[in-house]
Amino acid sequence: MIRRGVNKRIHGIKFAHLSPEEIRRMSAVKIITADTYDDDGFPIEMGLMDMHMGVIEPGLRCKTCGQKVDECPGHFGHIELAMPVIHVGFVKDIKRLLQSTCRGCSKVLLTSSQIEEEENLRKMLEELGGDLTEFEKLMKDTAKTAMRTVCPHCNAEQLKISLDKPSTFREEGHKLTPKEVRERLEKIPDESLIPMGLNPEVSRPEWMVLTALPVPPVTVRPSITLDSGDRSEDDLTHKLVDVLRINQRLRENRDSGAPQLIVEDLWELLQYHITTYFDNQTSGIPPARHRSGRPLKTLVQRLKGKEGRFRSNLSGKRVNFSARTVISPDPMLSINEVGIPWFAARELTIPIRVTNFNLNVVKDIIMRGPEPVTEHGEYLAGVNYVIREDGRRIKVTDKNAETVAENIDIGHVVERQMTDGDIVLFNRQPSLHRMSMMAHKIRVMKGKTFRFNLCVCPPYNADFDGDEMNLHVIQSPEAIAEARILMLVQENILSPRFGGPVIGGIHDYITGSFMLTHTNPLYTQDETALILSHIGRVDWPEAAKTVDGMRFWYGKDLFSMCLPEGLNLSYKSSICQKCDTCKKDDCEFDSYVVIRNGKLLKGTIDEKALGAFKGIILDKIARDFGSNEARLFLEMAIKMAVSAIMIHGFSTSIDDEDIPLDAKMQIQDMLLDATNNVRGYVNAFNDGTLEAMPGRGLDETLEIEAMRELGQARDRAGQIASKYLGLENSAVVMARSGARGSMLNLSQMAGCIGQQAVRGGRLSRGYQGRTLPHFQKGDLGAEAKGFVKSCYKSGLTPTEYFFHSMGGREGLVDTAVRTSRSGYMQRRLINALEDLKVMQDGSVRNTSGTIIQFNFGDDGIDPSRGINGKAADIDDILFQLLGDRDDIDLSGKLNLVSYGAIERDMDTADDVDEVETETEE
Amino acid sequence: MADYNVLEHDHVPEHHLVEKKDEGRILKQYSVGKDQLPKIRKSDPCIKILEEILGADIEEGRLVRIVRTHSVSGVSVAYRVIVRG
Repeated sequence: MIRRGVNKRIHGIKFAHLSPEEIRRMSAVKIITADTYDDDGFPIEMGLMDMHMGVIEPGLRCKTCGQKVDECPGHFGHIELAMPVIHVGFVKDIKRLLQSTCRGCSKVLLTSSQIEEEENLRKMLEELGGDLTEFEKLMKDTAKTAMRTVCPHCNAEQLKISLDKPSTFREEGHKLTPKEVRERLEKIPDESLIPMGLNPEVSRPEWMVLTALPVPPVTVRPSITLDSGDRSEDDLTHKLVDVLRINQRLRENRDSGAPQLIVEDLWELLQYHITTYFDNQTSGIPPARHRSGRPLKTLVQRLKGKEGRFRSNLSGKRVNFSARTVISPDPMLSINEVGIPWFAARELTIPIRVTNFNLNVVKDIIMRGPEPVTEHGEYLAGVNYVIREDGRRIKVTDKNAETVAENIDIGHVVERQMTDGDIVLFNRQPSLHRMSMMAHKIRVMKGKTFRFNLCVCPPYNADFDGDEMNLHVIQSPEAIAEARILMLVQENILSPRFGGPVIGGIHDYITGSFMLTHTNPLYTQDETALILSHIGRVDWPEAAKTVDGMRFWYGKDLFSMCLPEGLNLSYKSSICQKCDTCKKDDCEFDSYVVIRNGKLLKGTIDEKALGAFKGIILDKIARDFGSNEARLFLEMAIKMAVSAIMIHGFSTSIDDEDIPLDAKMQIQDMLLDATNNVRGYVNAFNDGTLEAMPGRGLDETLEIEAMRELGQARDRAGQIASKYLGLENSAVVMARSGARGSMLNLSQMAGCIGQQAVRGGRLSRGYQGRTLPHFQKGDLGAEAKGFVKSCYKSGLTPTEYFFHSMGGREGLVDTAVRTSRSGYMQRRLINALEDLKVMQDGSVRNTSGTIIQFNFGDDGIDPSRGINGKAADIDDILFQLLGDRDDIDLSGKLNLVSYGAIERDMDTADDVDEVETETEE
Repeated sequence: MADYNVLEHDHVPEHHLVEKKDEGRILKQYSVGKDQLPKIRKSDPCIKILEEILGADIEEGRLVRIVRTHSVSGVSVAYRVIVRG
């Protein structure tokens, strides 16, 4: 039986030193020979692959516990070192201990009052909660006070101890052997260790000098058999072989009374091998290398860094029940859904516990076999494995399906394949916010890609130029319920980042809704039928007009069908011209949106209505009517938009940027004027008649004036061009409605590209005194410093093209630098905040219960539910109470129109998201 | 003696020394020990000013109530425990 809940809780972890006795006690075998296998390929007794340390070959049994491969966890062995060796990991601690203890009486060099003071400080730290760094600081401070020249206990004079990296200690130049170091450490009395931060019950300092070396189990360092039949040993085994060889030679030489010099050389060699066995990147010594010249990966290298055990295998594990493939769009899916290929659905499973209630259903499913289809050839979920109560897994095949089904019993677990409606987690890297991983309901589909609704592209920041995404199948019923309630796409429409929608229409959905509603077009009965069939509605609204027996419907009336009853809203849409005084209801551009009781009375539906990051209608419905209502609205609105755009037809081509000849002439003249003006500034600069701006030098003034003049010139070119680019132009429709592109993009295509910049200023570097050899040295005019007169349509001159590339290159470099830097910042932030959570009382605490914030955000408001940072929307409440009464002036400050505040908020959110970078896959 | 009372600065929130008899009630309110509270160093300018005002040494382990006013979140209260340093 699987026990649920917490059976055992870790109260704490204690780190201590391994004593030589303990190393011997936990050792299954003493290793004495450096050999591994005999001629038959059998492990040698008391060799490095001794079977007492576990087995790695199938069929063999461990000589310690008698279990087979994968059952036996492996057991440590040990090597008896001929001479003591310093453990590299502890050199700093050894140095500290030697420095702060007396060389005569071995007591710590502190007076009893100093010891007492240390104890008080330590107790205070424990009481008031200190972290590791603070304890370390205390230890360092104590060591500093303990560095004295005379012992306060026996008055013995102290000599200066220095460390010759990596592991040689010297006392006033005289070398201390590890043996001498160990003897000194041995003599330190227990009570002197406590003020130095050591617990003598579990850690004696002499254990930092090794006399016995633990040998990790073979399962930790398995040898691999190559195709050629040769055996290749693990790096750790190689290193242990070295240790054993030198250890053997050292013992022989010492016992046979070899000259002191030879013994010392071998001793140092043993120290080198053991040091590199622990850490092969110790500074000051050359790393041990493999025969091929590759540095060996020893213990520290296994744990450290991105590819180390912690970051690669513990924080980031590879998991089962997951899938990854290319993504593609499917506008017919609900935003909550994800389409998955048959192949993935058959492989991914959910465990179903067989109970009294589902026994017969489960039997039927198993009976179908592992790859069932309906009579029409459609997908049906089967069962891959049945797990009996004794834990045995039985694979279901076509042959045994019936017998397995008959033997099924209550308490068995059945691994059922995915079926429509199952909840999965869907994720795209980089997972920068919580909406990067949301729960979707599955739809098993033909094809080999994951498919989802385009409205969900913005939170994942996904496109379909080859992006791949990951999918995880949730296994336990609790997790499924939790994901459905908290992580389902519709529950994440409102972002906690700025309280607006992150899910919404994009591109053609915006264009389509614009066409459906702008200036309220009429649709024939056929067209209306088409639109309504797309949203699956048969409740036709009243016809707006009847001409010669032909009935017509208004686009706005059709759009109103997807608005919930009781919705009231007024706001300025994306196409708003931002007139000085807003005419509101009487807007001649049809850009002031008025919705009363779920009917769109005036205005155009565009990006401000249902776009991701900006959709005001979507935001309002999600808040007032709930996430399900918001989802239904969005799905209906985009389907309607698609049918509308299909009826109207929509395309854009290069002639959308055509402007009449006289407009071109006008732009040419204007640009000529501008460059002449710049020339005027340059001349004034050269003559010395240019007047410097306050706080600026002359050259700075010139640059500022030139940038301003040329910036204005580009804007004016855009204004001239856009006079001829009206809403009958597809490119303009896209730009104005917010579907894609901006008016700036258009004016650069039709009018003038404008000044190119590197590091925020005009181009200036390249050759001596000039940007390119095409110009005079010292030319400060517009053309010579990167002003591009041409437009994209007419094409650039060679010099302009080069300047344009310079500006473009800077953009690319910037994004590359920005992503790597912000990635690292994100990593540090996540590591610092990952264990914080908001408790029941509203306080923010970490896992140890330490308070981080006394009240979440100091006001306890969830940013995704609050309105402009406040808990309630006063404007909206006033509107509900007073209705459409413009005559009531509330101190002139309050705006009766709801969302006045939100609009401001959105604009700032907008600035962030506008920095879109187009990167090709 | 500091030249300037930092507590008078607009951007420095109010600091009040919590009376010893109130400490238990506060710790109980959040059901925490002193080791689970945020910390403030004894060398912090605000603590030095408090010592000056009270004319007495403030020992480590005492609590300070910090009252912040913010344009968005309004008035909020936080506690810190004084530590060495």
